[in-house]
Amino acid sequence: MQLLQLIISGIAQGCIYGLIALGFVLIYKATETVSFAQGDLMMLGAFLGLALMTALSFPFWLAVIASIAAMGAFGMAAERVTIRPILGQPAFSIVMLTFGIGYVARGAITMIPGIGTETHVLPVPYKDAVLQFGGLVVNIEQLAVIGATAVLCGLLFALFRYSKVGIAMQASSQNQLAAYYMGIPVQKLNGLVWGLAAAVAAVAGLLLAPITFVHANMGFIGLKAFPAAVVGGFGSLPGAIVGGLVIGLVEALSGFYLPEGFKDVAAYVVVLVMLMVKPNGLFGENLRKKV
Amino acid sequence: MRFVFKTRYDQDIDLAKHAGHRFWYALLLVALVAAPWWLESYGLAQLTFILIYGVVGLGLMVLAGYTGLFSIGHAAFLGVGAYTQAVLASHGWPFPLSLAVAGLLSAAVGAVVGLPALRVKGIYLGIATLAFGFIVEEVLARWESVTGGNAGKSVGSVQMFGWTADTGEKFYFVCLVVAVLSTLAVLNLLRSPTGRAFVAIRDSEISAQSMGIHLARYKTLSFAISAALAGIGGALYAHMIRFLSPDQFNIVQSIDLLLMVVIGGLGSVHGAFFGAAFLIGMPQLISEVKEWLPDAIGQAPGLKSFVYGIVLIAFVLFEPLGLYGRWLKVRTWFQLFPFYRRGLFKRQKAFQKSDRLK
Repeated sequence: MQLLQLIISGIAQGCIYGLIALGFVLIYKATETVSFAQGDLMMLGAFLGLALMTALSFPFWLAVIASIAAMGAFGMAAERVTIRPILGQPAFSIVMLTFGIGYVARGAITMIPGIGTETHVLPVPYKDAVLQFGGLVVNIEQLAVIGATAVLCGLLFALFRYSKVGIAMQASSQNQLAAYYMGIPVQKLNGLVWGLAAAVAAVAGLLLAPITFVHANMGFIGLKAFPAAVVGGFGSLPGAIVGGLVIGLVEALSGFYLPEGFKDVAAYVVVLVMLMVKPNGLFGENLRKKV
Repeated sequence: MRFVFKTRYDQDIDLAKHAGHRFWYALLLVALVAAPWWLESYGLAQLTFILIYGVVGLGLMVLAGYTGLFSIGHAAFLGVGAYTQAVLASHGWPFPLSLAVAGLLSAAVGAVVGLPALRVKGIYLGIATLAFGFIVEEVLARWESVTGGNAGKSVGSVQMFGWTADTGEKFYFVCLVVAVLSTLAVLNLLRSPTGRAFVAIRDSEISAQSMGIHLARYKTLSFAISAALAGIGGALYAHMIRFLSPDQFNIVQSIDLLLMVVIGGLGSVHGAFFGAAFLIGMPQLISEVKEWLPDAIGQAPGLKSFVYGIVLIAFVLFEPLGLYGRWLKVRTWFQLFPFYRRGLFKRQKAFQKSDRLK
């Protein structure tokens, strides 16, 4: 029973990692760069939700939708202003740029007097509610995370499978130049992908907020989503979720069965082993260039 | 305009290309040696920090700027060096010996981290180093019998053969000697076949391999050298800061180190020191400007990271060569006056190379 309890909380945590990793993978697939700002975008999303719910007293659902939409717009704006001018430069510059965006986001939030340095509780309707199945106690918050992740995965799957935009995104992620020749507006799509990634990050933030708290450094959890993305294979969307679940479960179980301290590094040990054994991850594509 | 008239092949690899170089660098050295007499103790301490971070920056520059491998866990090597130095110094080892051991141990750790670099590249390598950095931080926190854990560990003064660097001035000279020697070592490395091999790997792995460069060996070597310099810097850092705790070597420190080399200017030895000066000078500058700002902004705790972020974004967007690139432009403007053209340093548009194809 205890094991089952651990597994459920591991899956819930893993879904959060998976959602953040989904953002990495979306951006990586479309633009071949890695956004280190993903965790901080998540933090911004959570703060935005908080501001809408408490300061402007929006109803819960409206606040959720508004903050996801606003973060999507923010992601597109960030891409337009900072990423697009240096497209074609080495990937390293863009990585540094996303570090910069992360710094600015964290600094800007901390600078808001009275709010930025405090930790807050996001007032969600399902706060502290539990379900009991026999001896099993499940937090609704954790169920919400798992359910929302499943729904989001379904939506993304439908987007990439059936919509024109999604198929265009797939094409441009496979070969930008060829996609461009086929009349796909690659640059606009890149903007959309950044918007989508930011929106996914906002969802992750809103889901994580009831479990932990809302504070300026909550974005550092994004660093644990890197192992998730690597374990799943960096180019694969289902891989991101599976990788997230693997990392979440490993973390939950090692926190219980191994001595103190292993929980914090379990994810990183897993990723190092993964890189040694199978660098392309579980679902990664293995392409080779012919010289 | 200056034309260097070369009469010997040796001139091609001279460190100082012409009399101007020799004059200005000699002047810089004199100014640095005389620093204790023209700087008060606070300024001297800041200068010491710049030298220490400069040494660490040199290490990261060899790796990121010259070999094109980037590490998001470099603070781990800094930590290994610092703790090694702290432990050995408390056992009474003389400073040069413990410094060498700190460097060598870091190098060994770096070579181990370099191993995944043989199989993965690009962002995967970044993540491997990131993961490694977290693991080292945790080890430093948990291995309490040696490192003192989260309670921290205090470090004494530099001691060697009966001489103790008990004042700021003496320690400054220790750092100056180490920094100058490391800089000369790196400069010599970069003009040797090894350094050329690093640059070749950075520019194109495939062509480097076809020219007979053993990728695995040189990448591991680059990691080891870079880690050794970071370890030496860490050893000095331990004596400077006098009190070590694991959270000084966390991810934020690693990112700060990366920020330092990017802002200083990737691919230039000057850049390491310019970046260090930025990293140390910026908080001072911010605290100077603070008083002129309204309290709501000036006293906000996030101001520093906000400014860092903006500066980093601005540099990547507008001055990818960093502070060194800016300095190069200013110098060229004076050299060519009045013939400087705006497009002289124009970036070439390049198509992004895919990492997915190996």
